[in-house]
Amino acid sequence: MSDSPIAVEQHGPELLHHFADAEQQRDAATLGMWLFLATEIMFFGGMFCAYLIYRFWYYNEFAAGSRSLDIWLGTINTAVLICSSLTVALGVRAAQMGKRKLLVFLLLLTIVFGFAFLGIKGVEWYDKYKEHHIPGNSFNVDDLVRDYPQLHIDPRHEQIYFSLYFAMTGLHALHMIIGVGLFVFLTYYAWKGRYTPKYYTPVEIGGLYWHFVDIVWIYLFPLLYLIDRHR
Amino acid sequence: MSEHIMSSKFYYAIWIALLCLTVITAAVSFVDLGPFNAVVALVIATVKALLVVLFFMHVKYTSEKLTKIVIVSAIFWLFLLLALSMADYATRLWT
Amino acid sequence: MATVAVTAERENYLNQEYGIRSWLLTTDHKRIALLYLASITFFFFVGGFFALLIRLELLTPAGDLVQADTYNKLFSMHGQVMIFFFLIPSIPAVLGNFLVPLMIGAKDLAFPRINLLSWYLYIIAGVIYVHCILTGGVDTGWTFYTPFSTAFSNTSVIEAGIAIFIAGFSSILTGLNFVVTIHRMRAPGMTWSRLPLFIWAHYATSIIQLLGTPVLAITLLLVVFERAFNLGIFDPNRGGDPLLFQHLFWFYSHPAVYIMILPAMAVESEVVACFTRKRIFGYNFVAMSSIAIAVFGFLVWAHHMFVAGISLYSALIFSILSYLVAVPSAIKVFNWTATMYKGSISFTTPMLYAFGFIGLFTMGGLTGLFLSALGIDVHVHDTYFVIAHFHYIMVGGAVMGYLGGLHFWWPKISGRMYPEGWGRLAALLVFAGFNLTFFPQFILGYMGMPRRYWQYPPEFQVLNVLSTAGSTILAVGYVLPMIYFLWSMRYGKIATDNPWGAAGLEWKTTSPPPTFNFEEGPEVTWEAYNYEEIPAPAEVSVER
Repeated sequence: MSDSPIAVEQHGPELLHHFADAEQQRDAATLGMWLFLATEIMFFGGMFCAYLIYRFWYYNEFAAGSRSLDIWLGTINTAVLICSSLTVALGVRAAQMGKRKLLVFLLLLTIVFGFAFLGIKGVEWYDKYKEHHIPGNSFNVDDLVRDYPQLHIDPRHEQIYFSLYFAMTGLHALHMIIGVGLFVFLTYYAWKGRYTPKYYTPVEIGGLYWHFVDIVWIYLFPLLYLIDRHR
Repeated sequence: MSEHIMSSKFYYAIWIALLCLTVITAAVSFVDLGPFNAVVALVIATVKALLVVLFFMHVKYTSEKLTKIVIVSAIFWLFLLLALSMADYATRLWT
Repeated sequence: MATVAVTAERENYLNQEYGIRSWLLTTDHKRIALLYLASITFFFFVGGFFALLIRLELLTPAGDLVQADTYNKLFSMHGQVMIFFFLIPSIPAVLGNFLVPLMIGAKDLAFPRINLLSWYLYIIAGVIYVHCILTGGVDTGWTFYTPFSTAFSNTSVIEAGIAIFIAGFSSILTGLNFVVTIHRMRAPGMTWSRLPLFIWAHYATSIIQLLGTPVLAITLLLVVFERAFNLGIFDPNRGGDPLLFQHLFWFYSHPAVYIMILPAMAVESEVVACFTRKRIFGYNFVAMSSIAIAVFGFLVWAHHMFVAGISLYSALIFSILSYLVAVPSAIKVFNWTATMYKGSISFTTPMLYAFGFIGLFTMGGLTGLFLSALGIDVHVHDTYFVIAHFHYIMVGGAVMGYLGGLHFWWPKISGRMYPEGWGRLAALLVFAGFNLTFFPQFILGYMGMPRRYWQYPPEFQVLNVLSTAGSTILAVGYVLPMIYFLWSMRYGKIATDNPWGAAGLEWKTTSPPPTFNFEEGPEVTWEAYNYEEIPAPAEVSVER
């Protein structure tokens, strides 16, 4: 273990003192992020469990609720996140190659995509608000009952679908907001030149987080938007 | 994590694949496959997720086995939650 | 009273820097451990206060001390405070934080700032919960069962839920820190098979914290949403399933009990090895059984729901799995006992707690098997039998493990010896008081006294009075260490580096350790528990 003053000066200021070397620090950080993502899988997983059960119980209401979502906006949003994952992956690559300006550009682009996603989500939620599909005291699905008489919709069960819709997309959006915030910090430090081919761990683990949030959406999209569309 | 730097062309290829799969999954949802609509949708989603995990998150190229163990364990644990809960719900009406 | 000693003046983590900022902004895992020690002790007494009121009310069959609604709040908050604010953090956040880096030869945990964040999250959660208590509390039972908690309770459910949600994050971050540290920061030569069993058990605990707590988090969040926005996810009148809440809740809360017991088992291995001066019998079995407990512990949760309305077929599955989960725990008990065979046993305070642990944990664990049997559970579910069962494990097991560990490592933590005579007395009081408090409750439960009831039929009074009497003895046993530990920090005998002659890297540095733990980074070339190479201390410290 290098405790002597000579060894201390040989590394950059990013190396924290309790680590033996930069590689240990990087390996610790990436393992830490993967473990955190594992906790996030279980966190969202609880909602997937609730979704699974109620989808079996109230398929008709889930179908009606799903069809009331705008499939175009949902598909576009999925594409937006996929584009953002591309820019993140290219950004990590830029950091690996020491291309500072490219890295900053890609990080900024990622943030733009993030805001685009949130904006579209906001539009979708506003539509739901106008249609009185937000659970709570003004919840009203007479329109769905009327539009799909063959499904025999029970409004109380329909509220469960929308509760899960808002809980799942809401928590996903919260994670996006946190991701955008993280990337603002990353962009700033990248612009300051902090990330080099020798040290770009924050970009790497920030990227892992972002990809994870993308993957959650990859599952949310078919589960929420694509139920029973063929009828 | 491995130092393998991938070509940007490869990332673009994955990106195109992901976009195509997105279009496919949306389109297929309008085709009546009966109970298999959900299965197909989830399979496509899983393929997309795998592309992101393996290539964008570099898991295919990492020499670190622990990363793979963490991912598989987390997914398996979620599966435990879902499966054992369903063991109750699926059998409640059995006599 | 030794005031002139080289060790007391050497720079260590306690005297390296003074002032409140140096404590509140510390990233030293040892100082953070002490911050946790102070805070969880506070909550232990809050929870104990609720317990005292419960036992006072139960002295008489009539409900004459408090109102029924108040009684509901007392047992609810006793449970939540003790579980989420005392037991879950206790050993990992105090002893784990202090010892994990030392035991593996590291300078600190992998993420010291996250460690500090974890404590602040705990404090924020604690402040919110105390506010909840002071503004009327919560009466849903510690389990928050729906739809009472979501639709009918008139108490601060949302506040309590948010507080516990935040405390959960504290727990997750501690677990994350330990797993990364144990994987990445072991000293050269410290292979997995040379790790103290304390580390194996904390590793297993951390896995549970990582994989289970997030499910509690989302469950509490859904309860908060349901209550705040009047949703119907768990409301049977609106198509919701209350059992869905219970599935999600117990998916965490059963493994949570293993979060509470595994660290006590961690302590047990270290203490038994030291005071029998032998390597733990069956090291590999004990290490693997920790992992097995962590894994199997996730497969049994619905045994809390046998009479709640789950299907008989799933009940059968969970019953069988619940029998299986007892096996790794039993393996540990057999191995600790086998370690003692032909060992050189000293009856120090930590060892007294260790003996108590083995007996009481075994009783608690075996009564758990009674509960796993569907037929018996129908009879004793929601009775005092269950209460006695889990207190045997959580108090007779986990708390005694915690106290034994505190005594064992006190010299390392503080640089002082606690007074051994008083330590032994307190241990005996705890043991006697505990059994008098909780053994009658097995009988009460078997005879049919329900839990969470504020009144009871007169024929149960004698046993209840015995139980309350026991709880006062137990309380004295708990207060004594508080007093003499504080006393020892000023007047206790100065501790040497290794007063117990124990194995383990933490005993190879000074008592207390320097801020970066070791003067030189250790390199490990020996197996764990190498007691054949370590001389026994000349006298095991007996300070009267």
